[in-house]
Amino acid sequence: MSTESAPAPQGNVGEEQRPRIAVSALTTNLREYGLIIALIVIMLFFQFTTSGTLFKPVNLSNLVQQNSFIIVMALGMLLVIVSGYIDLSVGSVAGFIGALAANMMVIWQLGPLSNPLVVSIVCLIVGGLIGAAQGYWIAYHRIPSFIVTLAGMLIFRGICQALLGGGSSVGPLPDGFKALSSGFIPDVIGPLTLIPPTVNAAGKTIMGSGLTLHMTTVVLGVIAVVAYAYFGLRTRRKRERHGYEAEPFPLFVIKTLVASALALFLVYEFASYRGLPVVLLVMGVLISLFVFVTKRMTIGRRIYAMGGNPKAAQLSGINTERLTLLVFINMGVLSALGGLIIAARLGQAVPAAGLGSELDVIAAVFIGGASAMGGVGQVIGAVVGGFIMGVMNNGMSIMGVNVDWQQVVKGLVLLGAVIFDVYNKNKA
Amino acid sequence: MTTILEMRDITKTFPGVKALSNVNLSVEEGEIHAVVGENGAGKSTLMKVLSGVYPSGTYDGQIIFQGQECQFKGIHDSEHKGIVIIHQELALVPMLSITENIFLGNENARYGVIDWDANEQRTAALLKKVGLNEDPKTLITNIGVGKQQLVEIAKALSKDVKLLILDEPTASLSEKDSQALLDLLLEFKRQGMTSILISHKLNEINRVADKVTVIRDGRTIETLAKKDISEDRIITSMVGRSLDDRYPPREPKIGEVVFEVKNWSVYHPIHAERQVIKGIDINVRKGEVVGIAGLMGAGRTEFAMSLFGRSYGRRITGEVLLKGKPVDVSSVSKAVQHGIAYVTEDRKTYGLNLIDHIKHNITLANLGGVSRHSVIDDLRELAVANDYRKKTNIRASSVYQLTGNLSGGNQQKVVLSKWLFADPDVLILDEPTRGIDVGAKYEIYTIIARLASEGKAIVVISSEMPELLGITDRIYVMNEGRIVGEMPAADASQEKIMRAIVRGEGKAA
Repeated sequence: MSTESAPAPQGNVGEEQRPRIAVSALTTNLREYGLIIALIVIMLFFQFTTSGTLFKPVNLSNLVQQNSFIIVMALGMLLVIVSGYIDLSVGSVAGFIGALAANMMVIWQLGPLSNPLVVSIVCLIVGGLIGAAQGYWIAYHRIPSFIVTLAGMLIFRGICQALLGGGSSVGPLPDGFKALSSGFIPDVIGPLTLIPPTVNAAGKTIMGSGLTLHMTTVVLGVIAVVAYAYFGLRTRRKRERHGYEAEPFPLFVIKTLVASALALFLVYEFASYRGLPVVLLVMGVLISLFVFVTKRMTIGRRIYAMGGNPKAAQLSGINTERLTLLVFINMGVLSALGGLIIAARLGQAVPAAGLGSELDVIAAVFIGGASAMGGVGQVIGAVVGGFIMGVMNNGMSIMGVNVDWQQVVKGLVLLGAVIFDVYNKNKA
Repeated sequence: MTTILEMRDITKTFPGVKALSNVNLSVEEGEIHAVVGENGAGKSTLMKVLSGVYPSGTYDGQIIFQGQECQFKGIHDSEHKGIVIIHQELALVPMLSITENIFLGNENARYGVIDWDANEQRTAALLKKVGLNEDPKTLITNIGVGKQQLVEIAKALSKDVKLLILDEPTASLSEKDSQALLDLLLEFKRQGMTSILISHKLNEINRVADKVTVIRDGRTIETLAKKDISEDRIITSMVGRSLDDRYPPREPKIGEVVFEVKNWSVYHPIHAERQVIKGIDINVRKGEVVGIAGLMGAGRTEFAMSLFGRSYGRRITGEVLLKGKPVDVSSVSKAVQHGIAYVTEDRKTYGLNLIDHIKHNITLANLGGVSRHSVIDDLRELAVANDYRKKTNIRASSVYQLTGNLSGGNQQKVVLSKWLFADPDVLILDEPTRGIDVGAKYEIYTIIARLASEGKAIVVISSEMPELLGITDRIYVMNEGRIVGEMPAADASQEKIMRAIVRGEGKAA
């Protein structure tokens, strides 16, 4: 009886038997497209449930500023996880660096060394040294990264709290430093007023009225979009000229148009507020850099090979120890940058800065499709994963969802994303 | 005799590939039935269908076992019926004892409490049956591969097995262990057990099989009865053409000495006092193929890996000379830079990144060759990969196929391509044809012959003596970490090699 009423497995059989055409690079990118579509769906959902607040220019700026540190650290974490390791210390390192930076600028009078730029550079170097210290044990003494960085997590949280003299905070931090997080790029071209703002009876302009575009942002945005389309087309041409299959032209056009439209929409949003947030620019540069390194450079290829099969990589002449060390140094520097961004945003260093953020960072990387076994994962995936977490935080906060339940939802999304991945992989 | 197993019209499709199409297999009770075929012919897939690894519903066709139609949902179902498969890759837990492994998942337990005494007694009885003289408490990691294979068989026996399937059981065994294993199979046959033997080694099949079913390209070609079994016949139907010669002809053009190792000694990485390699001297000339013969455990792989960037062992001493000049080979990258390449015997563990595709695997040892200023030129890489795919005849839908999905022979060709692209002067090949079929073997021999004619110096380590005799110019015989004999291949024979080993053993004692 039960066999009769079981159409599901039969359906599966049919699906499996349908021959599929193997389109080389497209299949690997399919997941990235899916993830971006998921992000858009989630954004539209919150746009609807928050009655249009999510896409307000001021909120988008906030969203970027709130989540940038997660994404910056996720770039490093992606490499760590692809290499087959994990880093639990990033939240504590970020907290410690924030405390160090605040002390250097506010408490210890170091003269020229207290200059925000100098402090930032020193802090990034310290972050790199921390990464090197942890990576040394992992790479050269084969101590599991989970243990080394768990120790690091305790150690640097402790030092962070000690630096801040117990439970107090250190601030306020100089405005020049805060610009890293809350600043916008200057409008060197000058604003373009489309609709003049309403002036109230007292002669003051009403905030948010009228429409003025931050032209530097617009120009930068347009240049970026044109460059994207140009390079996409050039790569295509080159492939075709050498007689290799490229993705179907209509698909390429649609992909480019959709991506450009989305980018221009965001540019417009930012331009109609105060322009491009500085931290978004920093993030954009870092993301491009990491995409390039992982996709095009030999060191990126070696990292994937090491994560995929460390022994085979080593026997292919790759210095896996040094590579591991470099991956952790990179993670340390990015954790430090994350710490600086957090401190700059809060305007002070607090003992709880970055507390628990290692889990958000790791979650972003896994939502983005990285494998816990190493060897698999994409930069764009981790970034979109980070934004998915960020949009959910932001959207649920606006909706007034209790923080406790926000965690439950985030946990479910992480689990769901990974289950989806594993299911897809098994089916393929 | 009754038919114990019948597989009818089995068809199994993977996305884009038809792995099996209408395969039929009929096994009589109490026989040893060999299944042979080239790499990727579908033997392993067929066995996975039979054992329920691919559950019922994911394939078409019928499985009839002991007169009943079976629809296995998993390995558990098939084991319940008495069908036990021993895979090519052994599935033992290294840090558990023999007893714990044998009864893993099947412990004699009461309310979850294990009766170890009973288990150990049963284990001792099982070990006796398979002729393994080891303490049941011994950890798996402390016994050799040959003995591990016997533990697997003991484990199968503990499950009240009616049909035993062995997937290339002797692929990683020495000659002696292989013989013992085959004797054991014959013994089981006398006791009335039915077995299916998947093997590439035709002499073994000749020796034990009652029937042979040949599979090619996912189809049953024919089933031969005992009287019709001959190596030539099997080879012809496996490859669909007759192989006149199993080794490609070549005319060696041997030049000056290129590669020389002097007084090479290595100690064991864990047992520091144990000397594994004891002062070895060898040399290889330009255009020459040199073989290293020896039994399992003679130290051949350890020797090769310690040469290649000290990838094995401690307290390594000795000298490596390239074209007469001493060179530093203390790391893999240095060895590669000096033009030395080592193709591992264990391609899955040491040779390939199985979750990445062919293209990335081929260029891994020489990324500098496809990049400028550390930036990889994607198109150049693609061209290189396609070029080597053609040169070594890798059978795959494209260079974007994951190496984990390739058959053994094609995986081996990818590993070879990787090292060919690194363009070495000296190529050390460790068991280059292990676990791969006759057709692919011939292709690998052809590649070796071509490389030698291009003037490379080649060292081949192999446990298959006919292979060494067939493709090398000169053979070193190694035993217990020493070179115990050296002879031109033209004068060598299996007996001569064995004699050198035996004599060497006498000397060492």
